[in-house]
Amino acid sequence: MKKQLLFKAMLALSAALILSVAWMVSQRSVKAAPPSESSITGTVKLEGTPPHQRPIDMSKEPACAAVHKANPVTTENVVVGTDGGLKNVVVYLSEGWSGPETAVSSTPNWEQHGCQYIPHVMGLDVNEHFKVINSDPTSHNIHPMPKPGGPNHEWNKSQPAGAPPIDTSWPAEEVAIHVKCNIHPWMSGYMVVVKGPYGVSDDSGSFKVDGVPPGNYTLTAWQETYGAQTQKVTVAAGKPATANFTFKAK
Amino acid sequence: MAKLFAVTIVVIAILSAIPIVRNTWHPMEDISTHGQAIDDQLSETMWEAGISFLASQIILAWFIWRFSGTKLGEKTKNFPGGAAGLVAAAFILVGLEVFALGIFGVKAWANIYFTQPAANAMPVQVQSGQFAFYFRYPGPDGKFGPLHPDLINEANQNIFGLDPDHDPESKDDIVTAEMAIPVNREVRLLMHAKDVSHSFYVPALRIHQDFVPGLDLQLHFTATKVGRYEIVCSQLCGLGHYNMRAYLSVLSQEDFDSWLKKQATLQ
Repeated sequence: MKKQLLFKAMLALSAALILSVAWMVSQRSVKAAPPSESSITGTVKLEGTPPHQRPIDMSKEPACAAVHKANPVTTENVVVGTDGGLKNVVVYLSEGWSGPETAVSSTPNWEQHGCQYIPHVMGLDVNEHFKVINSDPTSHNIHPMPKPGGPNHEWNKSQPAGAPPIDTSWPAEEVAIHVKCNIHPWMSGYMVVVKGPYGVSDDSGSFKVDGVPPGNYTLTAWQETYGAQTQKVTVAAGKPATANFTFKAK
Repeated sequence: MAKLFAVTIVVIAILSAIPIVRNTWHPMEDISTHGQAIDDQLSETMWEAGISFLASQIILAWFIWRFSGTKLGEKTKNFPGGAAGLVAAAFILVGLEVFALGIFGVKAWANIYFTQPAANAMPVQVQSGQFAFYFRYPGPDGKFGPLHPDLINEANQNIFGLDPDHDPESKDDIVTAEMAIPVNREVRLLMHAKDVSHSFYVPALRIHQDFVPGLDLQLHFTATKVGRYEIVCSQLCGLGHYNMRAYLSVLSQEDFDSWLKKQATLQ
């Protein structure tokens, strides 16, 4: 009888010990609740007939003209895809963002290829590094032209064929910095420097702004010919928000 | 030693003259109607300078040879008239030579600059700007629309600063990055610079004219052979000067007409 009681007691004690240890282990690391970041998606459209984009003749630079022989290029001031989607529109949070200025961790490339800038329009965060690459067999002279007298300083650098990438960043917001090449007059692009997350619309006009915590924001969409439009957007926890923009062709 | 030096001078002089006399490095074939006078001028200059060069080197070598063993203090012959005579002779000889070249060259210059273009010369405008040449044809109305420099926007391909919405004469203007002209047709080239000084140089056409910012310049010429030629900027204009060029196509009248039609559709 005594032995049986002792055995039962020991069993109960072991169970209790195991359970308590298990509970202690489960309490070992208490993580904070995951941030309920969400995203804002949408489409930018152009209403009306887009202005005629003029063809570019690169005959003074035969190496680049050869790249485009099969697909002639035009200016890219207004690029409209199927269904009226407007490309190269930068969408960002102009009001309401309280996070770090530099919210992205990538180092995008600004490429000079076939004597064109790829991408034609690039979104950037303040102090976000980007790399200027020359993949053409000819020299380029990259010349960004921020607002004179402003916190972003104008510079131009020659980049011969095969030169290493130029790694740099912009210290201040600016919508937008026009970039040209001093050697090839038809080259044109824009760098849009903002704070916080941003997205750039693609061929179909679709954009996505990632990493947006819940809150109320003013969303701005900027296009190089049509300027900026704003919209108020509320982002709920864990639920993606939608915002669409329509620009009118003049 | 001095005699060896004298011989070396003569050898070098003769060796340098040989490729010039044999025309080893000759200029491009002349495809213009006015170029012959320029080529003749170049030829005459080379002959005059060449003969003077050979003569002076040989005379120098002879003097070195003749007086190489002379003892110090020995009297040498004096040039008649002394130093003054020598200077006067040099003055007259060189002066006559330069004067002669000037007289022969006047015709080459006048052919280009002091003659008026024919009444039916085809006008083409060229604008030079860092670092490309762009051209404008007046289109069917035969008139060039006005230029508005404040409207120049290369990103939009408005190179000349035209305002077709407000200037009817600009509506049919044809702007191109390549120049084409019909063969055997006189062309009147209207030139201006957008920014700094450049130069329009087509070696085969014997045309070489600087652009001076602020000046509107004119040239006229006729091309006599079909082909594709390079227009190079030959006035240092900045870091892209080495890359500043355009292509000139001399075409048959038919080919030119279809080229112009195609360019009109690309506006």
